[in-house]
Amino acid sequence: ISHGHGGSHSSSGGSTLLGYIGIDTIIEQMRKKTMKTGFDFNIMVVGPSGLGKSTLVNTLFKSQVSRKSAGWARDEKIPKTVEIKSVSHVIEEGGVKMKLTIVDTPGFGDQINNDNCWEPISKYINEQFEKFLKEEVNITRKKRIPDTRVHCCLYFIPPTGHCLRQLDVEFMRRLSHSVNIIPVIAKSDTMTIEERQEFKQRVRKELENNGIEFYPQKEFDDDMEDKSDNDKIRETMPFAVVGSDKEHQVNGKRVLGRKTAWGIIEVENPNHCEFAQLRDFLIRSHLQDLKEVTHNIHYETYRAKRLNDNGGLHPISSNDTQESNL
Amino acid sequence: SLNEFLLHLLGSFLSRHEQQFRAVPLAGHVGFDSMPDQLVNKSVNRGFCFNILCVGETGLGKSTLMDTLFNTKFEGEPTQHNQPGVTLKSNTYELQESNVRLKLTVVNTVGFGDQINKEDSYKSIVEFIDTQFEAYLQEELKIKRTLHSYHDTRIHACLYFIAPTGHSLKSLDLVTMKKLDSKVNIVPIVAKSDAISKSELAKFKIKITSELVSNGVQIYQFPTDDESVAEINSTMNSHLPFAVVGSTEEVKIGNKMVKARQYPWGTVQVENENHCDFVKLREMLIRVNMEDLREQTHTRHYELYRRCKLEEMGFKDTDPDSKPFSLQETYEAKRNEFMGELQKKEEEMRQMFVQRVKEKEAELKEAEKELHEKFDRLKKLHQDEKKKLEEKKKSLDDEVNMFKQKKTAAELLLNQAQQAGGSTTLKRDKERKK
Repeated sequence: ISHGHGGSHSSSGGSTLLGYIGIDTIIEQMRKKTMKTGFDFNIMVVGPSGLGKSTLVNTLFKSQVSRKSAGWARDEKIPKTVEIKSVSHVIEEGGVKMKLTIVDTPGFGDQINNDNCWEPISKYINEQFEKFLKEEVNITRKKRIPDTRVHCCLYFIPPTGHCLRQLDVEFMRRLSHSVNIIPVIAKSDTMTIEERQEFKQRVRKELENNGIEFYPQKEFDDDMEDKSDNDKIRETMPFAVVGSDKEHQVNGKRVLGRKTAWGIIEVENPNHCEFAQLRDFLIRSHLQDLKEVTHNIHYETYRAKRLNDNGGLHPISSNDTQESNL
Repeated sequence: SLNEFLLHLLGSFLSRHEQQFRAVPLAGHVGFDSMPDQLVNKSVNRGFCFNILCVGETGLGKSTLMDTLFNTKFEGEPTQHNQPGVTLKSNTYELQESNVRLKLTVVNTVGFGDQINKEDSYKSIVEFIDTQFEAYLQEELKIKRTLHSYHDTRIHACLYFIAPTGHSLKSLDLVTMKKLDSKVNIVPIVAKSDAISKSELAKFKIKITSELVSNGVQIYQFPTDDESVAEINSTMNSHLPFAVVGSTEEVKIGNKMVKARQYPWGTVQVENENHCDFVKLREMLIRVNMEDLREQTHTRHYELYRRCKLEEMGFKDTDPDSKPFSLQETYEAKRNEFMGELQKKEEEMRQMFVQRVKEKEAELKEAEKELHEKFDRLKKLHQDEKKKLEEKKKSLDDEVNMFKQKKTAAELLLNQAQQAGGSTTLKRDKERKK
């Protein structure tokens, strides 16, 4: 039986604990309830085609969850405008059920003229906020409002090795206030370790110069412990990743990797690329935080702005071409 | 009930399977099974809130039971029982066990059942519960809100203390519980149950349960949908209402010190399950269902309050004829109406103000006039005085002149007298010169 620590004194009177009560069992109670309900997670991938977005997502979740694998025919043509295509799967691990939705954005950055190609993405993100808000203001509300809001946006930076493209800066600048952006350097096996470090430094510098805050944002660090953990992560970002869903034999073990004439790039080897770090960061430590920042910050910002509008809430019709400047 | 259970099952099935999502297998360990831990850790960092309301007549041992339940001596002056009517006194304590910080609020009803006319006794209790809901609702409706750091004061559990008469529930009990059952999780308990014998107690419990059922009072049922707790919860449900005894005094039994009440004929041990249901209460309230009590409060009782309140304010979800109304549109309309009224009031106030100013102005003018008159009067008075003084001065001057004349005449006479006697002085001077 664990003994409680001395209770602290509150304004209305102190109290001293003399023995075990059992209030710490609330942790177990809460955990059980969470496992029963399961949770939603929505991740958006943005980047020009050919950067291995689908492969990376499949590798992250060790499962065929991307749109390409869900039986959709691989696009013959690159779409003329940016499309938003989402696909959902239910995955389970250790008794925990997750409804994972991957939102793909084919056509982004693929045109000759990419002006305003972020608009359909911005519109989609706001539409999910709107959906949630509508449910929240109902008189009779659902016990659990379905959450389709984008919790995380993986932004794929081409491994040019030079600097960020104008499109990258524009996109991140406009969207970093409505969604958690996690920039990743795709197909990073084209760079050496030194080239990679230099590139990352340049990218970080450029983001800072443009006032772009990627996730985890400094202003939302909860406490000193959080800050120091997140500082370490921020200094490593953007993660240089390699994706693969093929297994190879290395030193007697089966590993995920890319086989080349000069060697096998092991996806989960931290000496080869930062995939494992991205996975641990995204899934094993900050999954809940991504959802909380989306709900407590981005959604609240949207809601406050929306309710302040003189026009009030209007149902979004299919003919609505009105740009959401939110 | 079975029907409720089936409906609940159907509802959860439908909501969870609105769209059939393909389940895909995982080819290895991903790591999102740490999600419940991530969520729990965040909650632990934030700390937890738990609010208990104790309703019962004076002297049923409410404070003692709370002390016993939470193994503490909640310091504080013993409650004054001199207020008319029923008042609610709440105290908040910060408790900690391992890494769990709990903000515990205990609300006591003071004076409940003391009045001659108890018709309105339940009202202040209902009002208190509603006030906490209202505060939460107001926060939720704010434009700029901070729900995730809001200190939740809504009542999560209501312990209803039944007097150990051994017969039946009092009508006050039935009326009060009926008023509260749709607003809070009610856990009825038989207080000071060491006053009743075991056999009487069994009959008493049956009577209470049947009275509650026949009066349609919905008490809190420990949830049985989770297999891990279904068995213990359903067993406990059958032991309701719990017959408790509270004590913070310790007595030596064998070689242990236990919480007990010592009588000449024996000792009632609080934590002995053969003696009373205290352990069951603690188990159910804290160690098994604390989270469920919180959840029910939020998803059932609060939602009901919110729905009723918003409907009362004139909001509705859909208009059958046209597009669905939104809360915001109706809110806008209400706000305009409110602004209109506000403007009207403002105008009224302005008129009143103008009127007041006019009146004051008239008053001041009147006062000014009076002052002028007074000044004029004083001035005249002063002039009269001055005139009088001048006259006096003149007469005085006249006197002085007359005196001067007399003086001059007298001096002349004196001179002449001196000249006559002055030759003598001259003679003396001449003699000296010789």
